[in-house]
Amino acid sequence: MSVAKRIIPCLDVDKGRVVKGVNFVNIKDAGDPVEIAKRYDEQGADELTMLDITASSETRETTYKTVESIAGQVFIPLTVGGGVRNTQDIKRLLRSGADKVSINTAAVENPDFIKEASDKFGSQCIVVAIDAKSIDDTFTSWEVVTYGGRKRTGIDVLQWVQNAKDYGAGEILLTSMDRDGTKEGFDNKLTKAVSSAISIPVIASGGVGNLQHLVDGIKEGGAEAVLAASIFHYSEFTIQEAKNAMLESGLEIRI
Amino acid sequence: MTKIAVIDYGMGNLHSVSKALEAASTNEEILVTSEPELIKTADKIVLPGVGAIKDCLEAFSDELRRTTLELISNKPTLAICVGMQMLLESSEENEGVTCLKILDGKIVKIPPLIDIKVPHMGWNKVNFMSDHFLWKKIPDRSFFYFVHSYCCLSSSDAISETSHGTNFISTLSKENIFAVQFHPEKSQNLGLQLYKNFLDWKI
Repeated sequence: MSVAKRIIPCLDVDKGRVVKGVNFVNIKDAGDPVEIAKRYDEQGADELTMLDITASSETRETTYKTVESIAGQVFIPLTVGGGVRNTQDIKRLLRSGADKVSINTAAVENPDFIKEASDKFGSQCIVVAIDAKSIDDTFTSWEVVTYGGRKRTGIDVLQWVQNAKDYGAGEILLTSMDRDGTKEGFDNKLTKAVSSAISIPVIASGGVGNLQHLVDGIKEGGAEAVLAASIFHYSEFTIQEAKNAMLESGLEIRI
Repeated sequence: MTKIAVIDYGMGNLHSVSKALEAASTNEEILVTSEPELIKTADKIVLPGVGAIKDCLEAFSDELRRTTLELISNKPTLAICVGMQMLLESSEENEGVTCLKILDGKIVKIPPLIDIKVPHMGWNKVNFMSDHFLWKKIPDRSFFYFVHSYCCLSSSDAISETSHGTNFISTLSKENIFAVQFHPEKSQNLGLQLYKNFLDWKI
């Protein structure tokens, strides 16, 4: 007996609206973040993640307002990421009602930031988000990509997760850039490699197209949680349907 | 009007605790405060806690600590997560700290086992060990949201347990105190029910 596996719908928010891109481009409008968050909560989502994909200083205030509005109405954990650069950003997000904050590029460029943040706010609220891309077409070795998929760093993903954990990350949000938006399923080899390398929870992300993919992310990838966006936004599947599929496959799920 | 003070000692996410209390409340006044003068006027107190236990304990100024302890000695008190851990005897976190010694038990690192991820993060079942007013309308073995790396393995004040590889104590209670390791403010409807029960609790 142990903790239940989690389903986490993800809201990619651009200038106050939920959008979804394919391979981080071709962005499509999917609605109001607060309304969508409430719908997922009612359907039984275990947590919510909101990524501010514009993350520019002009839209930052909108983000804080959206976070505050979601947190005031939805009583499940909320992770917020996108453009988090310093402990001041983290403090503002936590004060606005986020429970966890995800850090990506800023952590890669300055790993001490993870340590500073986890010392100050506790590891439990520091999620290190990693965008991973296969270094070649064998899909057996992955490098870290930053700036929303634009910059290849040459840093080995397995090396980086180890460091991120040692610096104080409480959880890893692992997105396959090769799969994101493709609907072909998670890169389970990538997830497995990462989840077996570290003792902290790993959230699999990128590529979900059907409910079996969610099951595979946990059974084959060894993920503690699975994150998906588009299959839920356009009501292809409800969270409840996803949970039923996971229960039927024998996974421990909160119903 | 019943006044509820959420003790703000500068740590953690008090927004979610106060929002959940507001959502559960019918006509109570909810204060998030670090002012001893205000805290003294409260009928019930909520002691939240997020982050490292040493910082939480140190963040208590002498006067705030004295006032809070005075209220904990006789007013209905709900302690959450690190707030719960602070009420025990000691914790292994931060190279070992002495806690407030109000409840029985010690805080230790979650035993590292193969295939068990730490922090214990997510929804897990709360298995009742004894009845309590605050369990009203909450079924035994309900799921609540947890996030912690340290836990209490045994206590004479235990009233529920939860399993994450190892069984640990998820709720302790003694007289006017109800202390939970999980986060009711993050546990959706049943969490709000627990807050409602706390607001209805008379001792």
